Amino acid sequence: MEATVTTANSEEKTWGGGNEPMKASYGKLMMWFFIVSDALTFSGFLAAYGFSRFKFIETWPLADEVFTHFPFMHGVSAPMYYVALMTFILIFSSVTMVLAVDAGHQMKKDKVVIYMFLTIIGGMIFVGSQAWEWKNFIKGEYGAIETKGGSLLQFVDKEGHRVALADFAATLPEEREQLTRSKGKWFMSESSLPSYSVAEVQAGFKAHPDLLIRTEVITKEKHKTILSRKDSELRLTQASLVVEGANLTHNEYGSKLFADFFFFITGFHGFHVFSGIIINIIIFFNVLVGTYEKRRSYEMVEKVGLYWHFVDLVWVFVFTFFYLV
Amino acid sequence: MSHEHVSNTKRIWTVFGLLSVITIVEVIFGIIKPDVLHMNSFMAMSLLNWLFIILTLVKAYFIVWAFMHMEGEKSTLKNAVVLPVIFLVLYLLFILLTEGNYIYEVFKNSTIKWNF
Repeated sequence: MEATVTTANSEEKTWGGGNEPMKASYGKLMMWFFIVSDALTFSGFLAAYGFSRFKFIETWPLADEVFTHFPFMHGVSAPMYYVALMTFILIFSSVTMVLAVDAGHQMKKDKVVIYMFLTIIGGMIFVGSQAWEWKNFIKGEYGAIETKGGSLLQFVDKEGHRVALADFAATLPEEREQLTRSKGKWFMSESSLPSYSVAEVQAGFKAHPDLLIRTEVITKEKHKTILSRKDSELRLTQASLVVEGANLTHNEYGSKLFADFFFFITGFHGFHVFSGIIINIIIFFNVLVGTYEKRRSYEMVEKVGLYWHFVDLVWVFVFTFFYLV
Repeated sequence: MSHEHVSNTKRIWTVFGLLSVITIVEVIFGIIKPDVLHMNSFMAMSLLNWLFIILTLVKAYFIVWAFMHMEGEKSTLKNAVVLPVIFLVLYLLFILLTEGNYIYEVFKNSTIKWNF
């Protein structure tokens, strides 16, 4: 509507620039279209995650068994609380950002300064929380065994509670040295060795008749399958690796792809938050020195605000697809 | 200047309250996982997951409309931003999830059991 009116009223101005058919400035419009393309990038990642999950729908890890940590609460299983807290922090920093934009509209410099400062702090807390989440994910909690076929075996007691390798693995008089570049025949090395060898786990399992093995397969009741003692012993003979924690090639929580996507998507999002913080800091100092006061317009705050809200928007989806669904 | 410069503080806090409530509801459902929702499914996905996705879309709507102030923009801008995203995301999801499900069935029903 508006576009036609503009053309009709100022014909010679149509191609001369300076008209805004969408009634948004060049910078703001481009920020919107950047957001469109970035949203499609994230959609591509999340859709790829969905693809892999549908492919292995019967063996995919259950998120509420993976993310169970909360700061200062050791050994307490607290699924979801921590990431819910992270979501709050990010939503709240979005609120302070939009309050900064609002104050900017009214040309209240002091308020813009305070709200932008709070936004930056919120973003930093969020990135820190994500680092902590990564640390727990990488470190792992119980440890597991990977079989020759690539599937994962976890250990449970009679009641179905998870048992850590450290609680039952035997100590055998064997020495195995980590292969380093200095000792390799060719460019060979390996990452740090797990705390127990396969033989130690197998011996420990034999010595504890109460233990059972849990496979990755999800039952009709939406729990992981627990094998009988006889099947457990049989499956354990196929063990090939001890897995502790998660990295890009092995993962004690289940499907390797789960860890890959977790690192990649939350990492990419975390990188967005990080760049958002940097941009916010730059704009924060611009506000401090009065750049926008001189310009008589705080539109720049509005533009970084759009980016910051977008980061929040992406997190809402990441939260749903990694932790809830 | 296309926006009238009135303070929207009240609306901002209302939306914040709303987003918080939705997040809390999501977390509660995620922890309790009521069997009615968890065990019944619609279009091969449990009702609980549908609930999470719908609540997420509601949150997304409020973030874009209130925080990013899409509600104050011209309808041409709204459409230019929102429609391509919705169309392309639905297309992408349809094609990838169908394919993923197909591969799952190949693993399940044919001779290929595992393929990295």
